Amino acid sequence: MYEFKYHRPATVRQAANLLVKNEDSKLIAGGHTLVPVMKQRLASPPHLVDLSHIEGLNGIEMKGRALVIGATARHADVATSAIVGEAIPALAELAAMIGDPAVRHRGTMGGSLANNDPTADYPAAVLALGATIVTNKRRLKPEEFFQGLFSTALESDEIITRVMFPVPKKAAYIKFRNQASRYALVGVFVAKRPSDVRVAVTGAGANGVFRINSFEEALKKRFSHKVLEGLTISPEGLNSDLHGSAEYRAHLISVLTRRAVEAATAKA
Amino acid sequence: MAKISLIVNGKPVTANVDPRTLLVQFLRENLRLTGTHVGCDTSQCGACVVHIDGKAVKSCTTLLVMADGHEVRTIEGLAPDGAPLHPMQEAFREHHGLQCGFCTPGMIMTAVDLVHRRGHELSDEVIREELEGNLCRCTGYQNIVQSIAAGAKAMAKSDLA
Repeated sequence: MYEFKYHRPATVRQAANLLVKNEDSKLIAGGHTLVPVMKQRLASPPHLVDLSHIEGLNGIEMKGRALVIGATARHADVATSAIVGEAIPALAELAAMIGDPAVRHRGTMGGSLANNDPTADYPAAVLALGATIVTNKRRLKPEEFFQGLFSTALESDEIITRVMFPVPKKAAYIKFRNQASRYALVGVFVAKRPSDVRVAVTGAGANGVFRINSFEEALKKRFSHKVLEGLTISPEGLNSDLHGSAEYRAHLISVLTRRAVEAATAKA
Repeated sequence: MAKISLIVNGKPVTANVDPRTLLVQFLRENLRLTGTHVGCDTSQCGACVVHIDGKAVKSCTTLLVMADGHEVRTIEGLAPDGAPLHPMQEAFREHHGLQCGFCTPGMIMTAVDLVHRRGHELSDEVIREELEGNLCRCTGYQNIVQSIAAGAKAMAKSDLA
C-alpha cells in the first residue's frame, strides 16, 4: 500500500470540502473494496476521507412511502433491520447474500453503489426498485447514476448520502453464485411496482447492470413465471469469460427471472 | 502519522502509527498478539477474524485508523491467561476441530460472533452457511461444524461470552 493522508470529517459538508481541496482523494466507509485494491497497489489515493464517523449517515427509516437507507448503513444492518424486513424483504435477503458475515459487518450500501462493480448485488435492487440515489448535490435516478463498469454519474466532490426505495408490491432477488468467488455470475432482481414491473440483471452485462424490457412487458400483463415460458434473451452484450459463456449467462437470466417471479409471488 | 487509541482485549492502547497500518499488522507486530493469523491477505480465508465492538471482521482488510475509538477482541481475549479455556475453544479441543490449526483462531472468533447473533442452538446447515468466509485448507470442516455446535450449547451455560 502506498502512503496516504487520512482525514476524518464529522459532516458531509466537511467531507465534500476535503474532496475539493485534495485532488484524487478517495472516500472510504467500510473499506472492503478500497483497502484490497490499495493493498494490491491498483489504487494509490494520496488522501483518504473516512465517512464512517459522520453521524446520521447510516440510518434506516420509513419516510412516507419510501424506505430510506443511509449511505454508510452496513450490509449486516440492512440484512437484519426489522424496518427493511417489513418494507422490502427482498432487499434484506439480498443484503444477507453479500460476501460473508465478516464482510457484511463492514461493507456499506453507499460504497457498493459508488463502486458499481458489475457483479455487485445492490445495483440490481436499486435499478429494479427504481430507487433514488441522493447525494450532497442532487437526486439521481438509477438510469442516470449507473454508467457502465465501475463508472457512475458521481462527480469528484459528490457524496452519496442516502438511497430512497419506493416500496414495491412484490419483489425477489435470485443470485447464481460463481462457485469460487461467490460473486453473482448472474443475479436477477424482479420488482412488481404499483405502475409497472422491472427486471434488473447484475453480473452478466458487459456494461454493468441492465433491465430487460421484453420480460418486463410480459410480466406487466400478468405477473406470473408462466408468461416467461419461451421468452429468451440474446447473448449479445453479455459477458463471456472462463466462468461462463455469454450464451450460458443468457440462459441463466431466463431461468433466474422465472425463479425470482415465483419467489416474489410466493412471498406475497 | 495518526494518533489512535482503542481497547484491545479490555486494555486501553494508544499509539502513533502510519495510517497505512492494517489492524492485523498492529495486533501481531506491535502488540505481539500473534494468535490472529494472516492467511490469504485478501479477506477471503478468515484466518484474521477478530471482533470490533463485538462483531466479527477481517482484520487484514481493516485499517487500524478505522478501529480508532473502538473495542477490539482477539483470540487471546476470549479467556484470561491461566484460566480455563473459553467454551468455544474447549469445544474445538474436545471435538478435535482442527488439523494444522492455522485457521482455528479465525474459526473460533467467527463462531463466537455467530452464537452472539444466532443463539445457542445451531443446525449444521446454519453453521456451514455462516462459515462462508472461513476456509480450512486441511478441509477439516466436519469436526469444525461439530465443535461449533457443541461450543454454542456450552456458551449458554458459561459466564464467558
